[in-house]
Amino acid sequence: MIINKEKLNKEKIFGGFRKRKHENMQSRNRKEENENKVNSSSPVLLSFKSFQNELDARHDKHERLVKLSRDVTIESKRTIFLLQRVTSVPEVEDLLNESESKFEVIRQKIKQIAQELVGEDMHQFHRAFSPGIQEYVEAVSFQHFIRSRSLISLEEINKCLVFTPKKEEQPGDSECSTLSNSEAENQNQQVLCLQVTPTDYLLGIADLTGELMRMCISSVGNGDVETPFEVSQFLRDVYYGFTYIGNTGPYEVSKKLYTLKQSLAKVEDACYTLTVRGSEIPKHMLADVLSSKTTMIQPEEAM
Amino acid sequence: MSVGSMFSLIQASLSSDQDIREEIRKVVQLLEQTAREILTLLQTVHQTSGFKDIPNKCQKARVHFETVKTLMVELKTKFPIDQYYRFNEHWRFVLQRLVFLAAFVVYLESETLVSREVVAEILGVHMHRDKGFHLDIEDYLSGLLILASELSRLALNSVTAGDYSRPLRISSFINELDSGFRLLNLKNDSLRKRYDGLKYDVKKIEEVVYDLSIRGLGKADKADDGKGEAVGK
Repeated sequence: MIINKEKLNKEKIFGGFRKRKHENMQSRNRKEENENKVNSSSPVLLSFKSFQNELDARHDKHERLVKLSRDVTIESKRTIFLLQRVTSVPEVEDLLNESESKFEVIRQKIKQIAQELVGEDMHQFHRAFSPGIQEYVEAVSFQHFIRSRSLISLEEINKCLVFTPKKEEQPGDSECSTLSNSEAENQNQQVLCLQVTPTDYLLGIADLTGELMRMCISSVGNGDVETPFEVSQFLRDVYYGFTYIGNTGPYEVSKKLYTLKQSLAKVEDACYTLTVRGSEIPKHMLADVLSSKTTMIQPEEAM
Repeated sequence: MSVGSMFSLIQASLSSDQDIREEIRKVVQLLEQTAREILTLLQTVHQTSGFKDIPNKCQKARVHFETVKTLMVELKTKFPIDQYYRFNEHWRFVLQRLVFLAAFVVYLESETLVSREVVAEILGVHMHRDKGFHLDIEDYLSGLLILASELSRLALNSVTAGDYSRPLRISSFINELDSGFRLLNLKNDSLRKRYDGLKYDVKKIEEVVYDLSIRGLGKADKADDGKGEAVGK
Protein backbone atom coordinates (compact mmCIF):
# COMPACT_ATOMS: atom_id res chain seq x y z
CA MET A 1 0.00 0.00 0.00
CA ILE A 2 2.72 2.43 0.86
CA ILE A 3 4.35 1.77 -2.44
CA ASN A 4 1.08 2.53 -4.13
CA LYS A 5 0.81 5.87 -2.46
CA GLU A 6 4.34 6.67 -3.41
CA LYS A 7 3.61 5.81 -6.96
CA LEU A 8 0.59 8.04 -6.97
CA ASN A 9 2.75 10.84 -5.76
CA LYS A 10 5.28 10.21 -8.43
CA GLU A 11 2.60 10.45 -11.02
CA LYS A 12 1.55 13.72 -9.54
CA ILE A 13 5.04 14.96 -10.18
CA PHE A 14 4.89 13.96 -13.77
CA GLY A 15 1.44 15.46 -14.04
CA GLY A 16 2.40 18.72 -12.39
CA PHE A 17 5.64 19.04 -14.22
CA ARG A 18 4.16 20.73 -17.20
CA LYS A 19 1.46 22.60 -15.36
CA ARG A 20 2.93 24.49 -12.48
CA LYS A 21 6.39 24.53 -11.15
CA HIS A 22 5.23 25.40 -7.68
CA GLU A 23 2.99 22.42 -7.35
CA ASN A 24 5.74 20.28 -8.65
CA MET A 25 8.02 21.40 -5.86
CA GLN A 26 5.39 20.72 -3.30
CA SER A 27 4.68 17.24 -4.46
CA ARG A 28 8.37 16.52 -4.54
CA ASN A 29 8.62 17.51 -0.92
CA ARG A 30 5.66 15.38 -0.09
CA LYS A 31 7.20 12.55 -1.93
CA GLU A 32 10.39 12.77 0.03
CA GLU A 33 8.41 12.52 3.22
CA ASN A 34 6.67 9.58 1.76
CA GLU A 35 9.93 7.91 0.93
CA ASN A 36 11.09 8.38 4.45
CA LYS A 37 8.03 6.53 5.59
CA VAL A 38 8.88 3.70 3.27
CA ASN A 39 12.40 3.68 4.65
CA SER A 40 11.46 2.78 8.13
CA SER A 41 9.12 0.03 7.11
CA SER A 42 10.66 -1.73 4.18
CA PRO A 43 13.63 -4.01 4.63
CA VAL A 44 14.62 -3.40 1.03
CA LEU A 45 15.00 0.31 1.56
CA LEU A 46 16.77 -0.26 4.83
CA SER A 47 19.36 -2.40 3.14
CA PHE A 48 19.75 0.15 0.36
CA LYS A 49 20.38 2.73 3.04
CA SER A 50 23.31 0.68 4.23
CA PHE A 51 24.50 0.23 0.63
CA GLN A 52 24.44 3.98 0.32
CA ASN A 53 26.75 4.34 3.27
CA GLU A 54 29.06 1.67 1.99
CA LEU A 55 29.29 3.14 -1.50
CA ASP A 56 29.72 6.68 -0.22
CA ALA A 57 32.54 5.63 2.06
CA ARG A 58 34.24 3.87 -0.83
CA HIS A 59 33.88 6.84 -3.16
CA ASP A 60 35.15 9.25 -0.53
CA LYS A 61 38.23 7.16 0.02
CA HIS A 62 38.78 7.02 -3.71
CA GLU A 63 38.59 10.80 -3.98
CA ARG A 64 41.01 11.30 -1.11
CA LEU A 65 43.46 8.94 -2.77
CA VAL A 66 43.15 10.72 -6.10
CA LYS A 67 43.95 13.99 -4.40
CA LEU A 68 46.96 12.55 -2.62
CA SER A 69 48.12 11.03 -5.86
CA ARG A 70 47.90 14.38 -7.60
CA ASP A 71 49.96 15.97 -4.84
CA VAL A 72 52.58 13.27 -5.23
CA THR A 73 52.60 13.82 -8.98
CA ILE A 74 53.08 17.56 -8.71
CA GLU A 75 55.84 17.32 -6.13
CA SER A 76 57.62 14.61 -8.10
CA LYS A 77 57.49 16.67 -11.26
CA ARG A 78 59.01 19.62 -9.40
CA THR A 79 61.75 17.41 -8.08
CA ILE A 80 62.51 16.22 -11.59
CA PHE A 81 62.77 19.84 -12.77
CA LEU A 82 65.11 20.53 -9.93
CA LEU A 83 67.24 17.55 -10.85
CA GLN A 84 67.36 18.62 -14.49
CA ARG A 85 69.39 21.62 -13.33
CA VAL A 86 72.17 19.21 -12.42
CA THR A 87 73.85 19.84 -15.75
CA SER A 88 74.15 23.58 -15.28
CA VAL A 89 75.16 23.69 -11.63
CA PRO A 90 78.63 22.85 -10.41
CA GLU A 91 77.41 21.82 -6.96
CA VAL A 92 75.72 18.52 -7.78
CA GLU A 93 75.81 17.35 -4.18
CA ASP A 94 73.79 20.35 -3.01
CA LEU A 95 71.15 19.69 -5.59
CA LEU A 96 70.91 16.06 -4.64
CA ASN A 97 70.53 16.98 -1.00
CA GLU A 98 67.84 19.45 -1.86
CA SER A 99 66.00 16.83 -3.88
CA GLU A 100 66.31 14.45 -0.97
CA SER A 101 64.42 16.85 1.27
CA LYS A 102 61.74 17.11 -1.40
CA PHE A 103 61.46 13.35 -1.46
CA GLU A 104 60.84 13.40 2.24
CA VAL A 105 57.79 15.55 1.67
CA ILE A 106 56.58 13.23 -1.07
CA ARG A 107 57.06 10.19 1.11
CA GLN A 108 54.92 11.85 3.72
CA LYS A 109 52.13 11.99 1.16
CA ILE A 110 52.72 8.40 0.18
CA LYS A 111 52.54 7.51 3.82
CA GLN A 112 49.11 9.10 3.92
CA ILE A 113 48.12 6.94 0.97
CA ALA A 114 49.34 3.91 2.87
CA GLN A 115 47.31 5.06 5.85
CA GLU A 116 44.18 5.23 3.70
CA LEU A 117 44.83 1.73 2.52
CA VAL A 118 45.17 0.13 5.94
CA GLY A 119 42.74 -2.76 6.06
CA GLU A 120 41.82 -2.37 2.41
CA ASP A 121 42.71 -4.32 -0.65
CA MET A 122 45.26 -2.03 -2.25
CA HIS A 123 44.34 -3.22 -5.72
CA GLN A 124 40.80 -2.02 -5.27
CA PHE A 125 41.98 1.58 -5.21
CA HIS A 126 45.07 1.11 -7.27
CA ARG A 127 43.78 3.14 -10.18
CA ALA A 128 43.33 6.14 -7.90
CA PHE A 129 46.92 6.47 -6.80
CA SER A 130 48.87 4.72 -9.53
CA PRO A 131 49.73 7.89 -11.56
CA GLY A 132 51.32 9.51 -8.52
CA ILE A 133 53.34 6.43 -7.72
CA GLN A 134 54.61 6.21 -11.28
CA GLU A 135 55.74 9.81 -11.17
CA TYR A 136 57.47 9.14 -7.86
CA VAL A 137 59.28 6.15 -9.36
CA GLU A 138 60.38 8.37 -12.20
CA ALA A 139 61.76 11.02 -9.86
CA VAL A 140 63.46 8.60 -7.50
CA SER A 141 65.07 6.62 -10.28
CA PHE A 142 66.25 9.84 -11.92
CA GLN A 143 67.94 10.91 -8.75
CA HIS A 144 69.45 7.48 -8.36
CA PHE A 145 70.82 7.60 -11.88
CA ILE A 146 72.41 10.98 -11.33
CA ARG A 147 73.99 9.71 -8.17
CA SER A 148 75.24 6.31 -9.23
CA ARG A 149 74.65 5.97 -12.98
CA SER A 150 72.64 2.81 -12.42
CA LEU A 151 69.07 1.65 -12.32
CA ILE A 152 67.32 1.73 -8.98
CA SER A 153 65.75 -1.62 -8.21
CA LEU A 154 62.13 -2.12 -7.29
CA GLU A 155 63.26 -3.44 -3.95
CA GLU A 156 65.21 -0.30 -3.13
CA ILE A 157 62.20 1.87 -3.91
CA ASN A 158 59.92 -0.26 -1.79
CA LYS A 159 62.39 -0.23 1.08
CA CYS A 160 61.97 3.54 1.37
CA LEU A 161 58.22 3.23 1.44
CA VAL A 162 58.07 1.20 4.60
CA PHE A 163 57.11 3.55 7.37
CA THR A 164 57.97 2.15 10.73
CA PRO A 165 57.30 4.12 13.85
CA LYS A 166 60.47 2.89 15.57
CA LYS A 167 63.71 4.39 14.49
CA GLU A 168 65.85 1.46 15.55
CA GLU A 169 64.23 -0.95 13.17
CA GLN A 170 65.40 0.81 10.03
CA PRO A 171 68.97 1.94 10.51
CA GLY A 172 69.61 1.95 6.76
CA ASP A 173 66.91 4.42 5.83
CA SER A 174 67.44 7.22 8.26
CA GLU A 175 65.41 9.72 6.29
CA CYS A 176 62.39 7.43 6.18
CA SER A 177 62.33 6.53 9.82
CA THR A 178 62.83 10.03 11.10
CA LEU A 179 59.80 11.01 9.09
CA SER A 180 57.57 8.50 10.69
CA ASN A 181 59.16 9.03 14.05
CA SER A 182 57.64 12.48 14.33
CA GLU A 183 54.21 10.99 13.98
CA ALA A 184 54.89 7.89 15.93
CA GLU A 185 52.76 8.98 18.85
CA ASN A 186 49.49 9.12 16.98
CA GLN A 187 50.38 6.14 14.86
CA ASN A 188 50.22 3.63 17.68
CA GLN A 189 53.25 1.66 16.56
CA GLN A 190 51.81 0.42 13.30
CA VAL A 191 54.04 -0.43 10.38
CA LEU A 192 52.74 1.23 7.26
CA CYS A 193 53.98 0.32 3.88
CA LEU A 194 53.09 0.83 0.29
CA GLN A 195 54.53 -1.56 -2.21
CA VAL A 196 55.11 -0.34 -5.73
CA THR A 197 53.79 -2.91 -8.17
CA PRO A 198 56.08 -4.17 -10.96
CA THR A 199 53.83 -2.52 -13.53
CA ASP A 200 53.99 0.89 -11.87
CA TYR A 201 57.73 0.48 -11.62
CA LEU A 202 58.02 -0.34 -15.31
CA LEU A 203 55.88 2.61 -16.35
CA GLY A 204 57.88 4.93 -14.12
CA ILE A 205 61.13 3.69 -15.60
CA ALA A 206 59.77 4.18 -19.11
CA ASP A 207 59.12 7.82 -18.21
CA LEU A 208 62.59 8.09 -16.75
CA THR A 209 64.10 7.46 -20.18
CA GLY A 210 62.47 10.64 -21.46
CA GLU A 211 64.06 12.63 -18.64
CA LEU A 212 67.44 11.07 -19.33
CA MET A 213 67.19 12.06 -22.96
CA ARG A 214 66.60 15.65 -21.93
CA MET A 215 69.46 15.50 -19.50
CA CYS A 216 71.75 14.07 -22.14
CA ILE A 217 71.02 16.79 -24.67
CA SER A 218 71.36 19.62 -22.20
CA SER A 219 74.58 18.22 -20.73
CA VAL A 220 76.19 18.43 -24.15
CA GLY A 221 75.11 22.01 -24.22
CA ASN A 222 77.31 22.52 -21.20
CA GLY A 223 80.33 20.93 -22.78
CA ASP A 224 79.96 17.67 -20.90
CA VAL A 225 81.06 14.98 -23.31
CA GLU A 226 80.98 12.10 -20.81
CA THR A 227 77.33 12.03 -19.84
CA PRO A 228 75.83 11.46 -23.31
CA PHE A 229 77.72 8.22 -23.72
CA GLU A 230 76.79 7.00 -20.26
CA VAL A 231 73.16 7.85 -20.85
CA SER A 232 73.24 6.23 -24.23
CA GLN A 233 74.59 2.99 -22.79
CA PHE A 234 72.07 3.05 -19.98
CA LEU A 235 69.14 3.73 -22.27
CA ARG A 236 70.22 0.91 -24.52
CA ASP A 237 70.19 -1.46 -21.54
CA VAL A 238 66.77 -0.28 -20.51
CA TYR A 239 65.52 -0.63 -24.05
CA TYR A 240 66.77 -4.22 -24.19
CA GLY A 241 65.05 -4.82 -20.88
CA PHE A 242 61.75 -3.56 -22.23
CA THR A 243 62.00 -5.60 -25.40
CA TYR A 244 62.76 -8.61 -23.23
CA ILE A 245 59.49 -8.06 -21.42
CA GLY A 246 57.74 -7.38 -24.71
CA ASN A 247 54.09 -8.18 -24.65
CA THR A 248 54.06 -10.19 -21.45
CA GLY A 249 53.60 -6.83 -19.78
CA PRO A 250 50.38 -4.87 -19.68
CA TYR A 251 49.16 -2.79 -22.57
CA GLU A 252 50.47 0.54 -21.26
CA VAL A 253 54.00 -0.80 -21.19
CA SER A 254 54.03 -1.67 -24.87
CA LYS A 255 52.63 1.76 -25.63
CA LYS A 256 55.58 3.42 -23.91
CA LEU A 257 58.03 1.28 -25.79
CA TYR A 258 57.58 3.43 -28.88
CA THR A 259 58.46 6.65 -27.07
CA LEU A 260 61.38 4.92 -25.48
CA LYS A 261 62.72 4.01 -28.89
CA GLN A 262 62.48 7.64 -29.98
CA SER A 263 64.37 8.85 -26.92
CA LEU A 264 67.04 6.28 -27.50
CA ALA A 265 67.38 7.35 -31.14
CA LYS A 266 67.87 10.98 -30.12
CA VAL A 267 70.52 10.11 -27.58
CA GLU A 268 72.35 7.84 -29.98
CA ASP A 269 72.18 10.55 -32.58
CA ALA A 270 73.78 13.01 -30.17
CA CYS A 271 76.55 10.54 -29.39
CA TYR A 272 77.14 10.03 -33.07
CA THR A 273 77.52 13.74 -33.68
CA LEU A 274 79.87 14.03 -30.75
CA THR A 275 82.07 11.24 -32.04
CA VAL A 276 82.16 12.32 -35.65
CA ARG A 277 82.50 16.04 -35.20
CA GLY A 278 83.89 16.22 -31.71
CA SER A 279 87.47 16.09 -32.95
CA GLU A 280 86.87 18.70 -35.63
CA ILE A 281 85.06 21.31 -33.65
CA PRO A 282 86.74 23.14 -30.80
CA LYS A 283 85.21 22.26 -27.45
CA HIS A 284 83.57 25.60 -26.82
CA MET A 285 81.72 25.37 -30.14
CA LEU A 286 80.28 21.94 -29.47
CA ALA A 287 77.39 23.35 -27.51
CA ASP A 288 76.22 25.40 -30.47
CA VAL A 289 76.35 22.46 -32.83
CA LEU A 290 74.34 20.20 -30.62
CA SER A 291 71.88 22.79 -29.45
CA SER A 292 71.00 23.51 -33.05
CA LYS A 293 70.43 19.81 -33.26
CA THR A 294 68.11 19.81 -30.27
CA THR A 295 65.96 22.55 -31.76
CA MET A 296 65.62 20.31 -34.74
CA ILE A 297 64.49 17.48 -32.54
CA GLN A 298 62.11 19.51 -30.41
CA PRO A 299 59.09 19.67 -32.76
CA GLU A 300 59.20 15.92 -33.06
CA GLU A 301 59.03 15.63 -29.33
CA ALA A 302 55.79 17.53 -29.24
CA MET A 303 54.19 14.82 -31.27
CA MET B 1 71.78 -4.44 -9.49
CA SER B 2 72.25 -4.46 -13.23
CA VAL B 3 69.56 -3.32 -15.61
CA GLY B 4 69.32 -6.74 -17.20
CA SER B 5 68.82 -8.69 -13.99
CA MET B 6 66.27 -6.16 -12.74
CA PHE B 7 64.24 -6.58 -15.89
CA SER B 8 64.39 -10.34 -15.83
CA LEU B 9 63.12 -10.18 -12.26
CA ILE B 10 60.20 -8.05 -13.37
CA GLN B 11 59.60 -10.32 -16.31
CA ALA B 12 59.40 -13.31 -14.01
CA SER B 13 56.80 -11.64 -11.84
CA LEU B 14 54.78 -10.59 -14.87
CA SER B 15 54.73 -14.05 -16.35
CA SER B 16 53.75 -15.65 -13.06
CA ASP B 17 50.89 -13.14 -13.04
CA GLN B 18 49.91 -14.36 -16.44
CA ASP B 19 49.85 -17.94 -15.26
CA ILE B 20 47.47 -16.98 -12.49
CA ARG B 21 45.24 -15.20 -14.99
CA GLU B 22 45.26 -18.25 -17.21
CA GLU B 23 44.13 -20.46 -14.35
CA ILE B 24 41.41 -18.05 -13.34
CA ARG B 25 40.15 -17.84 -16.90
CA LYS B 26 39.72 -21.60 -17.06
CA VAL B 27 37.48 -21.67 -14.00
CA VAL B 28 35.59 -18.59 -15.10
CA GLN B 29 34.82 -20.29 -18.39
CA LEU B 30 33.21 -23.17 -16.51
CA LEU B 31 31.27 -20.69 -14.39
CA GLU B 32 30.01 -18.99 -17.53
CA GLN B 33 28.95 -22.33 -18.88
CA THR B 34 26.95 -23.09 -15.76
CA ALA B 35 25.43 -19.61 -15.74
CA ARG B 36 24.26 -20.13 -19.31
CA GLU B 37 22.67 -23.43 -18.37
CA ILE B 38 20.77 -21.84 -15.50
CA LEU B 39 19.66 -19.02 -17.75
CA THR B 40 18.38 -21.42 -20.40
CA LEU B 41 16.48 -23.25 -17.71
CA LEU B 42 14.89 -20.10 -16.35
CA GLN B 43 14.15 -18.63 -19.75
CA THR B 44 11.32 -21.09 -20.17
CA VAL B 45 9.22 -19.15 -17.66
CA HIS B 46 8.59 -16.66 -20.42
CA GLN B 47 6.72 -19.27 -22.41
CA THR B 48 3.02 -19.75 -21.83
CA SER B 49 3.55 -23.33 -20.81
CA GLY B 50 6.37 -22.41 -18.49
CA PHE B 51 4.23 -20.53 -16.00
CA LYS B 52 2.79 -23.70 -14.60
CA ASP B 53 5.82 -25.30 -13.10
CA ILE B 54 7.91 -22.42 -11.90
CA PRO B 55 8.71 -24.13 -8.58
CA ASN B 56 9.99 -27.13 -10.43
CA LYS B 57 12.30 -24.97 -12.53
CA CYS B 58 13.62 -23.16 -9.51
CA GLN B 59 14.37 -26.48 -7.94
CA LYS B 60 16.40 -27.50 -10.97
CA ALA B 61 18.20 -24.17 -11.01
CA ARG B 62 19.12 -24.62 -7.38
CA VAL B 63 20.79 -27.89 -8.28
CA HIS B 64 22.93 -26.03 -10.79
CA PHE B 65 23.92 -23.52 -8.15
CA GLU B 66 25.57 -26.38 -6.31
CA THR B 67 27.92 -26.68 -9.28
CA VAL B 68 28.55 -22.95 -9.00
CA LYS B 69 29.52 -23.41 -5.37
CA THR B 70 32.11 -26.05 -6.14
CA LEU B 71 33.53 -23.91 -8.96
CA MET B 72 33.77 -20.95 -6.60
CA VAL B 73 35.74 -23.07 -4.17
CA GLU B 74 38.08 -23.91 -7.03
CA LEU B 75 38.37 -20.30 -8.11
CA LYS B 76 39.40 -19.31 -4.60
CA THR B 77 42.43 -21.55 -4.78
CA LYS B 78 43.73 -19.95 -7.97
CA PHE B 79 45.08 -16.71 -6.56
CA PRO B 80 46.19 -15.16 -3.26
CA ILE B 81 43.05 -14.00 -1.55
CA ASP B 82 44.38 -10.56 -0.64
CA GLN B 83 44.67 -9.80 -4.34
CA TYR B 84 40.97 -10.16 -5.05
CA TYR B 85 40.68 -6.79 -6.75
CA ARG B 86 43.77 -7.33 -8.80
CA PHE B 87 42.13 -10.07 -10.79
CA ASN B 88 38.48 -9.39 -10.25
CA GLU B 89 37.79 -8.11 -13.76
CA HIS B 90 38.04 -11.73 -14.88
CA TRP B 91 35.04 -12.91 -12.91
CA ARG B 92 33.21 -9.65 -12.50
CA PHE B 93 30.91 -10.20 -15.46
CA VAL B 94 30.01 -13.78 -14.64
CA LEU B 95 29.54 -12.97 -10.97
CA GLN B 96 27.01 -10.29 -11.90
CA ARG B 97 25.17 -12.77 -14.10
CA LEU B 98 25.11 -15.27 -11.27
CA VAL B 99 23.78 -12.68 -8.83
CA PHE B 100 21.03 -11.94 -11.32
CA LEU B 101 20.20 -15.63 -11.72
CA ALA B 102 20.13 -16.21 -7.98
CA ALA B 103 17.96 -13.13 -7.50
CA PHE B 104 15.66 -14.32 -10.27
CA VAL B 105 15.24 -17.74 -8.69
CA VAL B 106 14.51 -16.19 -5.32
CA TYR B 107 12.05 -13.80 -6.89
CA LEU B 108 10.22 -16.58 -8.72
CA GLU B 109 10.05 -18.62 -5.53
CA SER B 110 8.97 -15.99 -3.05
CA GLU B 111 8.54 -12.70 -4.95
CA THR B 112 10.96 -10.95 -2.66
CA LEU B 113 14.21 -9.14 -3.25
CA VAL B 114 17.13 -11.34 -2.44
CA SER B 115 19.42 -9.95 0.21
CA ARG B 116 23.15 -9.76 -0.17
CA GLU B 117 23.67 -12.44 2.46
CA VAL B 118 21.40 -14.89 0.68
CA VAL B 119 23.03 -14.35 -2.70
CA ALA B 120 26.42 -14.85 -1.15
CA GLU B 121 25.16 -18.05 0.42
CA ILE B 122 23.63 -19.35 -2.82
CA LEU B 123 26.86 -18.70 -4.70
CA GLY B 124 29.04 -20.06 -1.94
CA VAL B 125 31.00 -16.86 -1.36
CA HIS B 126 31.46 -14.60 1.64
CA MET B 127 29.70 -11.36 2.17
CA HIS B 128 32.54 -9.39 3.69
CA ARG B 129 35.93 -8.76 2.24
CA ASP B 130 37.91 -9.76 5.29
CA LYS B 131 36.58 -13.30 5.21
CA GLY B 132 37.93 -14.20 1.80
CA PHE B 133 36.38 -14.41 -1.65
CA HIS B 134 33.44 -12.09 -1.36
CA LEU B 135 30.61 -10.55 -3.27
CA ASP B 136 31.40 -6.95 -4.08
CA ILE B 137 28.52 -4.59 -3.43
CA GLU B 138 28.67 -3.14 -6.94
CA ASP B 139 28.42 -6.58 -8.46
CA TYR B 140 25.42 -7.34 -6.29
CA LEU B 141 23.69 -4.11 -7.34
CA SER B 142 24.50 -4.72 -11.01
CA GLY B 143 22.93 -8.16 -10.73
CA LEU B 144 19.76 -6.61 -9.31
CA LEU B 145 19.57 -4.23 -12.24
CA ILE B 146 19.76 -7.11 -14.68
CA LEU B 147 16.91 -8.66 -12.71
CA ALA B 148 14.80 -5.54 -13.20
CA SER B 149 15.00 -5.71 -16.98
CA GLU B 150 14.27 -9.42 -16.92
CA LEU B 151 11.18 -8.79 -14.79
CA SER B 152 9.89 -6.13 -17.13
CA ARG B 153 10.02 -8.77 -19.82
CA LEU B 154 8.31 -11.25 -17.55
CA ALA B 155 5.51 -8.78 -16.89
CA LEU B 156 4.81 -8.54 -20.60
CA ASN B 157 4.89 -12.26 -21.16
CA SER B 158 2.77 -13.09 -18.17
CA VAL B 159 0.01 -10.95 -19.66
CA THR B 160 0.34 -12.90 -22.88
CA ALA B 161 0.08 -16.09 -20.88
CA GLY B 162 -3.11 -14.81 -19.28
CA ASP B 163 -1.69 -14.11 -15.82
CA TYR B 164 -2.98 -10.60 -15.17
CA SER B 165 -2.09 -10.28 -11.52
CA ARG B 166 1.63 -10.87 -11.86
CA PRO B 167 2.43 -7.55 -13.58
CA LEU B 168 0.92 -5.68 -10.67
CA ARG B 169 3.09 -7.54 -8.22
CA ILE B 170 6.13 -7.02 -10.40
CA SER B 171 5.30 -3.36 -10.62
CA SER B 172 5.32 -2.83 -6.89
CA PHE B 173 8.49 -4.86 -6.59
CA ILE B 174 10.31 -2.82 -9.22
CA ASN B 175 9.07 0.39 -7.71
CA GLU B 176 10.54 -0.56 -4.41
CA LEU B 177 13.79 -1.44 -6.10
CA ASP B 178 13.75 1.87 -7.92
CA SER B 179 13.27 3.89 -4.76
CA GLY B 180 16.06 1.87 -3.22
CA PHE B 181 18.43 2.73 -6.02
CA ARG B 182 17.44 6.37 -5.81
CA LEU B 183 18.97 6.43 -2.34
CA LEU B 184 22.39 5.69 -3.75
CA ASN B 185 24.88 8.30 -4.87
CA LEU B 186 26.40 6.64 -7.84
CA LYS B 187 29.56 7.66 -9.56
CA ASN B 188 29.79 7.90 -13.30
CA ASP B 189 30.74 4.28 -13.77
CA SER B 190 29.28 1.13 -15.26
CA LEU B 191 26.86 0.68 -12.38
CA ARG B 192 25.51 4.15 -12.96
CA LYS B 193 25.10 3.46 -16.67
CA ARG B 194 23.14 0.35 -15.91
CA TYR B 195 21.07 2.16 -13.32
CA ASP B 196 20.11 4.70 -15.96
CA GLY B 197 18.37 1.86 -17.77
CA LEU B 198 16.20 1.06 -14.76
CA LYS B 199 13.74 3.86 -15.46
CA TYR B 200 12.87 2.31 -18.81
CA ASP B 201 12.09 -0.97 -17.12
CA VAL B 202 9.92 0.87 -14.61
CA LYS B 203 8.17 2.69 -17.42
CA LYS B 204 7.57 -0.48 -19.37
CA ILE B 205 5.99 -2.23 -16.42
CA GLU B 206 3.84 0.76 -15.60
CA GLU B 207 2.57 0.75 -19.14
CA VAL B 208 1.61 -2.89 -18.79
CA VAL B 209 -0.17 -2.11 -15.52
CA TYR B 210 -1.91 0.80 -17.20
CA ASP B 211 -3.05 -1.32 -20.12
CA LEU B 212 -4.43 -3.89 -17.75
CA SER B 213 -6.21 -1.44 -15.49
CA ILE B 214 -8.02 0.57 -18.17
CA ARG B 215 -9.38 -2.70 -19.43
CA GLY B 216 -10.37 -3.76 -15.96
CA LEU B 217 -8.09 -6.74 -16.10
CA GLY B 218 -6.11 -6.05 -12.98
CA LYS B 219 -7.37 -5.87 -9.43
CA ALA B 220 -10.12 -3.31 -8.86
CA ASP B 221 -8.21 -1.16 -6.36
CA LYS B 222 -5.42 -0.60 -8.81
CA ALA B 223 -7.70 1.25 -11.18
CA ASP B 224 -6.75 4.73 -10.01
CA ASP B 225 -3.14 3.92 -10.69
CA GLY B 226 -3.97 3.77 -14.32
CA LYS B 227 -5.78 7.09 -14.22
CA GLY B 228 -2.92 8.79 -12.54
CA GLU B 229 -0.59 7.60 -15.20
CA ALA B 230 -2.93 8.71 -17.94
CA VAL B 231 -2.67 12.24 -16.60
CA GLY B 232 1.07 11.86 -16.46
CA LYS B 233 1.36 11.27 -20.15
